[in-house]
Amino acid sequence: MLKPLTADIRSDRTALPLAAYEAAGGYQGLRKALAQTPIQVQQAVTASGLRGRGGAGFPTGLKWSFVPMGGSAMGGSAGDTSGHRYLVVNADEKEPGTMKDRWLMEGNPHQLLEGALIAAWAVQADIAYIFLRREYTLCAESLTRAIAEAQKAGYVGERVLGTGWSVTMRMHLSAGRYMCGEESGLLNALEGRRATPRNKPPFPQVSGLWGRPTVVNNVETLCNVPHILREGAEWYKALSPASDPGTKIYGVSGKLNRPGLWELPMGTTARELIDLAGGMRDGLRLRGLLPGGASTDFLSAEQLDVKMDFDSVAKAGSRLGTGTMIVLDDHTCPVGMVLTLERFFARESCGFCTPCREGLPWVARTLEALEQGKGEPRDLEILQQHVGLLAPGRTYCPLAPGAVEPLGSALKLFRDDFEAHVHQKRCPWK
Amino acid sequence: MKTFTPATARAGAIHLTIDGRRYEVDAEGKNLLHVCLSLGLNLPYFCWHPALHSVGACRQCAVKLFKDEADVKGRIIMSCMTPVTDGMRLSVEDPEARMFRSQVTEWLMVNHPHDCPICDEGGECHLQDMVVMTGHSYRRYRFTKRTHRNQDLGPFINHEMNRCIQCYRCIRFYRDYAGGKDLEALGAHDDVYFGRQTDGTLENEFSGNLVEVCPTGVFTDKTLKMHYARKWDLQTAPSICVHCAVGCNTIPGERYGTIRRVRTRYNGDVNGYFLCDRGRYGYEFVNGARRLRQPLVRTGDSLQPATSADAVSRAGAAVSGAAGSGAAGSGVPAIGIGSPRASLETNYALRALVGPANFYLGVSDRHLEILRLMTQVLREGPAPVASVRQAAKSDAALILGEDVWNTAPILALNLRQASTNAPAAAAMKKKKLNAWDDAAVREAIRLEK
Repeated sequence: MLKPLTADIRSDRTALPLAAYEAAGGYQGLRKALAQTPIQVQQAVTASGLRGRGGAGFPTGLKWSFVPMGGSAMGGSAGDTSGHRYLVVNADEKEPGTMKDRWLMEGNPHQLLEGALIAAWAVQADIAYIFLRREYTLCAESLTRAIAEAQKAGYVGERVLGTGWSVTMRMHLSAGRYMCGEESGLLNALEGRRATPRNKPPFPQVSGLWGRPTVVNNVETLCNVPHILREGAEWYKALSPASDPGTKIYGVSGKLNRPGLWELPMGTTARELIDLAGGMRDGLRLRGLLPGGASTDFLSAEQLDVKMDFDSVAKAGSRLGTGTMIVLDDHTCPVGMVLTLERFFARESCGFCTPCREGLPWVARTLEALEQGKGEPRDLEILQQHVGLLAPGRTYCPLAPGAVEPLGSALKLFRDDFEAHVHQKRCPWK
Repeated sequence: MKTFTPATARAGAIHLTIDGRRYEVDAEGKNLLHVCLSLGLNLPYFCWHPALHSVGACRQCAVKLFKDEADVKGRIIMSCMTPVTDGMRLSVEDPEARMFRSQVTEWLMVNHPHDCPICDEGGECHLQDMVVMTGHSYRRYRFTKRTHRNQDLGPFINHEMNRCIQCYRCIRFYRDYAGGKDLEALGAHDDVYFGRQTDGTLENEFSGNLVEVCPTGVFTDKTLKMHYARKWDLQTAPSICVHCAVGCNTIPGERYGTIRRVRTRYNGDVNGYFLCDRGRYGYEFVNGARRLRQPLVRTGDSLQPATSADAVSRAGAAVSGAAGSGAAGSGVPAIGIGSPRASLETNYALRALVGPANFYLGVSDRHLEILRLMTQVLREGPAPVASVRQAAKSDAALILGEDVWNTAPILALNLRQASTNAPAAAAMKKKKLNAWDDAAVREAIRLEK
């Protein structure tokens, strides 16, 4: 089974240096890309079917194609020459239970740099930023060293590899808000302003960082790009038996024997992942799981055979999200688990729009009351209402709609548990 | 089906169907909320402001939009962030939209202190009006409220952050519109705080407008607080500010013989929605204790109270007596010296009293000559005088030897808006932005500025 993203990561998890990366075929993808026009590179990535790994699953090539390229772009020079164009790497991995990008950045930083450089070429960006979560200190070290190595080797800087194209690469350590994981919130933060999201349209590809054309891509997404360029779209598609191509870094957390991360073909089932994680700990039974991280709907114990690709998980009523599942067992209170998540989302709300700013704390405090045995029958109705009220389009950005996905599905799947909290006036797990 | 056609409708006007009624509207430069308000529909809002435009923060102006006649489900949208297109079908009265708007109000009131009886905004509070409009009347939230510490923002503005509903109007006016630096949105989630880094007098010369752009009682007029009266107890009359030559339109409020405050009176050609702090707060001299309020007539060593009419006629007689050769006069004619700082009417009255021959305007001959020349140039010259509104729309402004921020502050505020016109127009065209999409337009011109 091929594992292009992680095969070269050393077992001691020290960062792969440039020479070793090159020896393993590194920067061949970039060389191939620079031999093509930016539009051809966009088309190659579109043909591969790569979808964004940050949670939304938007087709990467299509995302790039929204950048206005101008008439001369086919020849490789920027169409809109009146100012900068930006490529931003979203490395602000901050959702509870998600730590896949960290593995890639710590172990193989050049793979990310190469992907970012190819993306920058494809949209004719002249400045690339890596927006990194501050707590990821090992990533910061490995990336800083890798950027210096890449500059020295001529992959970054003036006239990259003898072409007419120049690109600078900078790392920015985030001041830290979950909101910065949303691309427009990230851009505001990168400009030194409050990390509140922006309304769309205009999309960042048209008016992004400082109002200039900008593409924001997730770390894992970009790590796929060098391999697509080097081996071709057909090879990439063959990595996976599912409708979504490529491999995926899957994560499993919860009370399992061996929680962790694995690179596997897209479409691996939840059951296979749980087996890899060594199954549930002694005496515990699986009750449900959040397949794509904290902001996705629960799947039930009967849905373990769902294929973990974008379309299959959507069909099962949830989202693949970041592909990092959190498992709930029968000795853990589902209300308590949802409370932990909603506390996080309420705290991380940026405070810009009313429903999210006022609705999520209300949800969290209601769940808190249930857990403390102070629940009232009407509380479940209030929680249910918030699930409907915090729907996409009613809030300013997707934070609150994502936040109520675990709540809404928990109210359905674990209704008895919620009601027991109200009727028994206590948390039955305590 | 009847079509309502406002008198201002023009060729190219577009048609909307709102709750089954067909309207012809002029939507030029307007979003859907603006159009609905112009039609007189009751649609609540907080963060939208006609001069500050839309940012989509409060989510209060939700309506339901239908794709076509066959669509009965529709979807909730925010009218302030929605462009108006021909043939649009929407409902303001839709039960789901009403329920959502009522819920937004309930959310906004979660942390509000409900201290209306002791709030200076009471009786003219946009929040109160919107609560009534949306029908939210029963509180379900039973947990503790978030509380804030307030700041001393100087002599003009009282700060009561617990009343805040986070519409972001204050910083959008203060920072984006007026260029202030020392008021910020601080904190996050349900603990956003609008204030300064530390206590201190607000530095911007337009800070008083916070009192009016704030839809509730966070920022209130501190000078009014010194001699407070409810809005409905104030006698008001349309007036013009006396502090500079711009002539901003104001509404002074009086009670029991003293002026209690000055507010903006909207005039689109002059000051729009705003006043400078000198105009708003420079009124206490009217109430000054040392002002002569009682005419007195001197007889020998004693001063006797007199009526105004009596005092005026006796003063007139004294002056004209002096001017003539009457018994009261000394034979030396009285002269009158006018002033360029007095009104035309006052100068004319003095001139009539002493006679043109004995009147001096208070302006040197050379100065007068220049004034006449200026008047002539303004009347007959090729460059007409720009109104303040025109100044705000100008592509370029040449300011010769003038400190506009001090001599005509509202003109300066409008020139500040003009400074972003050209880049904003270019960005709107290039990126297909709507003029009312404030955050997007400001973002697009960030580098060009």
